[in-house]
Amino acid sequence: MAKVVKHVAVLFAGVMLGGSTAAFAGGPSDDKLVIDDEIEIITRTAAPEGHPLDEVISGWHYRTEETRALEADSFQNPGMLYVERGEEIWNTVDGAAGKSCASCHGDDGEFLKGLGANYPKWDEANNRPINIELQINACREANMEAKPYKFDAADQKALTTYIKHQSLGMPVEVDLTQGEMKSWWDKGEELYYTRTGQLNLSCATCHEDYNGNYIRADHLSQGNVNGFPTYRLKQSSMVSLHNRFRGCIRDTRAEFPAAFSDDLMALEVYVTWRGSGLSVETPAVRQ
Amino acid sequence: MTITRRQALGLTAGAAAFLTFAPRISFAATAETDAAIKAFTGGATPTEGTVSLDTPEIAENGNTVPVGVTVDSPMTEDSYVESVLILADGNPSPAVATFHFTAMSGAAEAKTRIRLAKTQNVIAVAKMNDGSTFMDTKEVKVTIGGCGG
Amino acid sequence: MAAPKPRVKVPKKASQGEVITIKTLISHPMESGQRKDKKTGELIPRKIINKFSCEFNGQVVFSCDLDPAVSANPYMEFNAKVNEPGTFKFTWVDDDGSVYETEKKITIE
Repeated sequence: MAKVVKHVAVLFAGVMLGGSTAAFAGGPSDDKLVIDDEIEIITRTAAPEGHPLDEVISGWHYRTEETRALEADSFQNPGMLYVERGEEIWNTVDGAAGKSCASCHGDDGEFLKGLGANYPKWDEANNRPINIELQINACREANMEAKPYKFDAADQKALTTYIKHQSLGMPVEVDLTQGEMKSWWDKGEELYYTRTGQLNLSCATCHEDYNGNYIRADHLSQGNVNGFPTYRLKQSSMVSLHNRFRGCIRDTRAEFPAAFSDDLMALEVYVTWRGSGLSVETPAVRQ
Repeated sequence: MTITRRQALGLTAGAAAFLTFAPRISFAATAETDAAIKAFTGGATPTEGTVSLDTPEIAENGNTVPVGVTVDSPMTEDSYVESVLILADGNPSPAVATFHFTAMSGAAEAKTRIRLAKTQNVIAVAKMNDGSTFMDTKEVKVTIGGCGG
Repeated sequence: MAAPKPRVKVPKKASQGEVITIKTLISHPMESGQRKDKKTGELIPRKIINKFSCEFNGQVVFSCDLDPAVSANPYMEFNAKVNEPGTFKFTWVDDDGSVYETEKKITIE
């Protein structure tokens, strides 16, 4: 059965594209991503130990030439508008304590260099993993005495984009030895392979078994998350990781978990690990 | 702006119904597109060539499609391109943008990003300072995403 | 997003008579007026950047009329012939009458 599905997908891709661009029609492109002819991005690398695939490939390779070009030029990348907005937020005082992010962490980006490449991390105080969005909210409440951002608030997305962008080009590495990260990784792995929804799909169905093939006109990637938040052409805006998780689960026609819930935090730990060694691409440009 | 699959299908159905009754024009543009061209050229039918459109064969998402236009012109005070009209004949309204050049532009080239509701023709019409007009047409296939994504 | 913010890319210097490439981008949703509010079913009113222009030392180099079919965060790339040092002035006009402006200087080497 699986084989038949694969053939149908490939045939469909052939019809859609008229077989005009070989690199596009079959599997990932073999292009190289160098942003502004300066910053080399690791978009293909050997998979970490225990990974089911041999090679880890960035979603950038699965996009068309035009979409790939948008990410290779930091001026043309519309996601950079949100990086600039995020920098403004970083330097703007908010909350009763009269502080900005920069009041404690400085405004030169030094503090942030590499930071976004190593999240999610173990949060001892709350006994669960923490990602950038939750870290921002924790800081806002405890140190700035400001209200935490609601999920997907424009400022939350812009600030997260700015923070992740400060690690552009640096390889993603999650430390699974911290606290109970490994058991969250286990839980994330279980979720990744669990079929859900009326369509009975797991993450692995599309992103492991059929990556490189087409689901209707969509070229399926490995589903790596090294470019989030991502500028998505469909929304013409930044899309956060948990928004994308929820969108994917919704598309299987299942009930989707809340953002930052235990399920989605476990999935973030596991899926981030799956992309180990790829460069942070934030803000990546996707379809 | 997001164009849903349902809206895109609705548009296709509408266009199909329309074409059944409308007289066909040389390059199968809609009457609205043809009227926009005529309004721009002052009634003249543009000649093929001189202007060229650069569009992707396949657009991954119709919300952001890169479009470039180049006109073969010396761009001097005596001979330059005044303006280039960009139309998309399968959109709810064909107007996309009009570029205005001057001799100070140096080269008659411009790029932008546009929205296409479905697979359709993109049209560029160039008007030179002597009043002559030229046209190029390119089809862009707009793909529809996989799962509702 | 906060107030629309323009970004422009102009070379800092050029040789006399050189034709340079200018890139511009502005954060703006380009609300087409054709979209319905998912909750109320009402049409969301049109609000787009409808005009862009670039002047050099007070003379128009390039301008563009924009319709709702231009993508969100409108991007424009065009050229300019530089005969003297001076200042490029970029202007975007919003449907609501707001005008967003920025400037860039260029020197002759």
